[in-house]
Amino acid sequence: MNLKPETLAEIEASILKYPEKRSAVMPLLHAIQKDVGFVSNEAAEWVAGKLDMEPIQVLSVITFYPFFRQHKVGKRHIRVCRTLACAMAGGSKVCDRMLKEFDTDLNGISPDGEVTVEFAECLASCGSAPVMLVDEDLHENLDEAKASEICNKIKAEAKNA
Amino acid sequence: MAEEKKDNLVTVNIDGQDVQVPKGTNMIEAAAMVGKEVPHYCYHPKLSVSGNCRMCLVELGMPGRDRATGEAMLNEDGSPKIMWMPGPAIGCGTNAAPGMHIKTDSEKVTQAREGVTEFLLVNHPLDCPICDQAGECTLQEFSSAHGRGAGRFIEEKNVKPKRTKLGPRVMLDDERCILCSRCIRFSDEVAKDGVLGFTDRGSYSTLTCFPGKQLENNYSLNTVDICPVGALTSTDFRFKMRVWFLKEVNSIDFETSVGCNTSVHSREGKIYRIKPRRNDGVNDTWMPDSGRELYKLVEAENRLTSCLVDGVAATAQDAVVRASELLNGEGLAVVGSGQCTVEEQFVLKAIVDSAKTKGAYVVARYGEDDGILVSKDRNPNVRGALMTGLINTLPEEQLTALGAQIDSGEVKTILAVKEDLIAAGLTEAQLSKVTIVSLDTHSNATTAKAKVVIAGLTNFEKSGTLINQQFRIQKFNKAIPAAGSAINDLLALSTIQANISGAEYPSTLGSLWNLISESNSTFEGVSFNSLCDQGKELDSSAFDGLAFKEGKSLLFDPKQEAVAAE
Amino acid sequence: MAIHPKEHRVVLKYADEPGYTPDIDCYMSKGGYETLKTAFTKKPEDIRDEVKKSQLRGRGGAGFPAGVKWSLVDRKSGKPIYLVCNADESEPGTFKDRQIMHKDPHQLIEGMMISAFANDVAQAFIYIREEMPKAAKILDQAILEAKEKGFCGDNICGSGYSCDLVVHRGAAAYICGEETGLIESLEGKRANPRIKPPYFPAVLGLYQCPTIVNNVETLCDVKHIMEMGADAFGKIGRPNNTGTRIWCVSGGVQRPGYYEVAGITLGELVYDICGGPLPGRTIKAIIPGGSSMKILRNGERFKGKNPDGSEYDWGVEDIPLDYDGIAAAGSMSGSGGMMVLDDTISIPAALANLMSFYSHESCGQCTPCREGSLWLKKITTRMVHGEARPDDVDLLKSVADQIAGRTICAFGFAVAWPVQSYIAKFEEEFREFAEQQSNPDTDRSSVKELACNHG
Repeated sequence: MNLKPETLAEIEASILKYPEKRSAVMPLLHAIQKDVGFVSNEAAEWVAGKLDMEPIQVLSVITFYPFFRQHKVGKRHIRVCRTLACAMAGGSKVCDRMLKEFDTDLNGISPDGEVTVEFAECLASCGSAPVMLVDEDLHENLDEAKASEICNKIKAEAKNA
Repeated sequence: MAEEKKDNLVTVNIDGQDVQVPKGTNMIEAAAMVGKEVPHYCYHPKLSVSGNCRMCLVELGMPGRDRATGEAMLNEDGSPKIMWMPGPAIGCGTNAAPGMHIKTDSEKVTQAREGVTEFLLVNHPLDCPICDQAGECTLQEFSSAHGRGAGRFIEEKNVKPKRTKLGPRVMLDDERCILCSRCIRFSDEVAKDGVLGFTDRGSYSTLTCFPGKQLENNYSLNTVDICPVGALTSTDFRFKMRVWFLKEVNSIDFETSVGCNTSVHSREGKIYRIKPRRNDGVNDTWMPDSGRELYKLVEAENRLTSCLVDGVAATAQDAVVRASELLNGEGLAVVGSGQCTVEEQFVLKAIVDSAKTKGAYVVARYGEDDGILVSKDRNPNVRGALMTGLINTLPEEQLTALGAQIDSGEVKTILAVKEDLIAAGLTEAQLSKVTIVSLDTHSNATTAKAKVVIAGLTNFEKSGTLINQQFRIQKFNKAIPAAGSAINDLLALSTIQANISGAEYPSTLGSLWNLISESNSTFEGVSFNSLCDQGKELDSSAFDGLAFKEGKSLLFDPKQEAVAAE
Repeated sequence: MAIHPKEHRVVLKYADEPGYTPDIDCYMSKGGYETLKTAFTKKPEDIRDEVKKSQLRGRGGAGFPAGVKWSLVDRKSGKPIYLVCNADESEPGTFKDRQIMHKDPHQLIEGMMISAFANDVAQAFIYIREEMPKAAKILDQAILEAKEKGFCGDNICGSGYSCDLVVHRGAAAYICGEETGLIESLEGKRANPRIKPPYFPAVLGLYQCPTIVNNVETLCDVKHIMEMGADAFGKIGRPNNTGTRIWCVSGGVQRPGYYEVAGITLGELVYDICGGPLPGRTIKAIIPGGSSMKILRNGERFKGKNPDGSEYDWGVEDIPLDYDGIAAAGSMSGSGGMMVLDDTISIPAALANLMSFYSHESCGQCTPCREGSLWLKKITTRMVHGEARPDDVDLLKSVADQIAGRTICAFGFAVAWPVQSYIAKFEEEFREFAEQQSNPDTDRSSVKELACNHG
């Protein structure tokens, strides 16, 4: 496993936080995914070794929790809420607009590699529906126009980067 | 003692019938005690309770207590008023408590079972005609007993992997899997090899091994046994035989001194598989994979199917007569075996006594303890050799002492029973110095050198008893007829004994056991016919001084045995 | 966010005050951590008694009395006792804990440390859902600050009592809101809820040790109970429904948002505070306590007998906005997530949306929920995609009936109640929907958008 020093430090610190090592499996997977972008089988085996678990136990955890992924995504991970309050407020159209702007399909990587757009279940911000997460940033009270604005901003940032 | 036992019992009521059960008994077991079957998939008496299949839902009630006063609430007739829970409870996870009432066949329970049955079938491929489990499939049985009989599911079924090779001996069809988790719990809890797990979630949950890992431990086939559906199948047995054609005979796994209870499944004289048979004192419901392969000995390439005299095929009768002549001379040594039955060892001891033998030996076989159901002692019946008096110390792996007796000229003739003397450390040169009579099932270096070879039977072709590491005498029964012109070992040995001693000697199990139980106090009251399927522990105090080599196994702890002996 | 005059803010008293920040200095400038300091002058059992006396009920969903929950903890096992704050706020319609954690994290920490001391807790955790990454960071920072000032960690307030507090992030699984699923997840496993008996958290919880799992808002309320006293707390709201509750309103109202109130009616919340339906629309139905709770149809009458024998006959707007009031109307206040469905909303399509949610979130451990929830999704999805059949309505109801009450955890009810109640109250609409949507000429774009399941 080729992890950044700060990831390794975070991993060591995480293990110490719990009375039982195995509890650190989710923090470790979070740290690895943040570093590498996804959690490979190799990573699962590495985590298993680190926490005295069976590799299948780690894989069971990875595949149970949708946030952990075994494949790459675009540079930005966009999650549009699809659950009732957001759907009533037009979440579906917001998602469609995002897909169109980036010329991509749901769950795929956009041709420019910039984004992966997914649906997420209720993001717990129903009072400002519809909402979406762009990586860690929550965008609220969306409509198609605002969605386009966000897309343009992402594209502009990509250009300048 | 009786008082204690009484305290340990609680009275529960099952469908109106009171029954006393040990505290902690779950409601599936309690119901079974009054002859009521509570259908279930995920529950297994020897695994932790997971409560996931929901097939064993029953109605549950407890005697009511007045909230204010704490007094028991009574009906008009003075009987306790039962407060029934609004929803059903799982029988497997509900343990007996005083006054507990359950209903196993009410309308609510029937509906719950119908519902669960329907749910289990919606994503099931319903491929019984091509499924190996058909005929012994719990899902099939319960669907007919508790299902609605008609499907309402018109949506597309989930697609899952169909032919996954989980390991060298186990195949997986995920579409048939009902996610009961028995196999996972078995692997974690009994085999101590956590290779199985579920991936994904919800209805898409899938049983699997980690990529690159396999279910290959020596207990993998137990997962096939406990799989309630056709998801896990045995690579060896798959597609070979419909289970309803198979005849089952109780047997014992004779690969080690654990003595797992087994059931041998055959049809028309051919064995198709060996499965474990429950014995809560020996092997619970499990057995090693290695023991399931033993039936292949019957038709092995080197199987002896005919007796030989001077290298020429002979009738069993002629071979035994010739053997008796050779053995009735000076300088005889008997090499018996921990593979022999108690009865054979008893007769061998008689031969030793009447032929004024120069020595009686048994060959030890040691491997590694696996801590589960394979013990270090790879002979199933060393304790039988001890208890019949054939030997009185623990056997050695090498026949060094016998070698010396040959070299010194003290021993001139050897009766070798189920042992290859070369494998046990004697040299070709030593064997050339002696006359050998070999009773065995398979050809080997010793039979090649023998003057007389008596073709004997495998444990699948005869009946007999073995004494395991717990000094538990257990019997096995003949599953298939003898191969070729092989002779029953006991008959051969009894005839030799009769010829040598010049007196009649019993040659059937029944008559021999009369003699055994009369002449050996250890076996007082024991007979083949009266011995129950679970076996009987014998008084082993005479052997407390011996340092048996076995370590701990699933239900055997040598330290505890030692403490108990003191 | 402006505070409405009908609100009664206790937990969110400062959260929306201009200039109020989540740092510890700001919190302490408002008297923060004073209650914790005072707590150490009391005996733990006295604090527990005070909480019990306050009649505080859990704010997470089931409404179980918090003091009773604490009293069930096995204190004789000799094993460590754990406290876990359930910050997995995932019940569709609910976004109150988010406000607390983002805006006033120290209040939660203070509430937790009081609760920890009261229960002799060895270690405390906050289980926060992954989709609130910022809140997790805010909490981490707040814990650091609190530790620096001695309000958390070793030797809290010099009392000699120590309790570490760890933020644990989930990874997108609704079932982690179920307390035993949460415990499994915290142990590093799939979040399969445990069977009860025997795995009651109070006895066999985290690492098989006695464990208390409380909601974010509940733990904040503990602080206020200790601050104002159980009697004063009990005077807010009605007996058995004491204290304020933060209601989250979404859907077809003019001013959706979160509102902390006590002693008002559902109508006051929806019409007065939230401004009623959008112009030109009417309210069709209200889901009172998060998407799992049974729906209330606008226009139906809720009749029954009060405990004192008097009779009530309410319209939806008359329902007292608390645990017992909504229960008397046949539903539950749940997690306080109120979703308002106006006349533009197709009930069957809304159901299809939720069935996608529940089938996605079912852990898959037990048969009825695993197979039933996906079946319900497949039926409702097929319905919105134009292949509805006349008998689908009966089938939906039957499938839901086969789930409810037969599963390991309450998720079975959560998936069944919407189906059962939507059909019970809008059966005609379902039958019309089946007819209409199976007509190839029908424009299905709006119902597909609402179902939003791309299935």
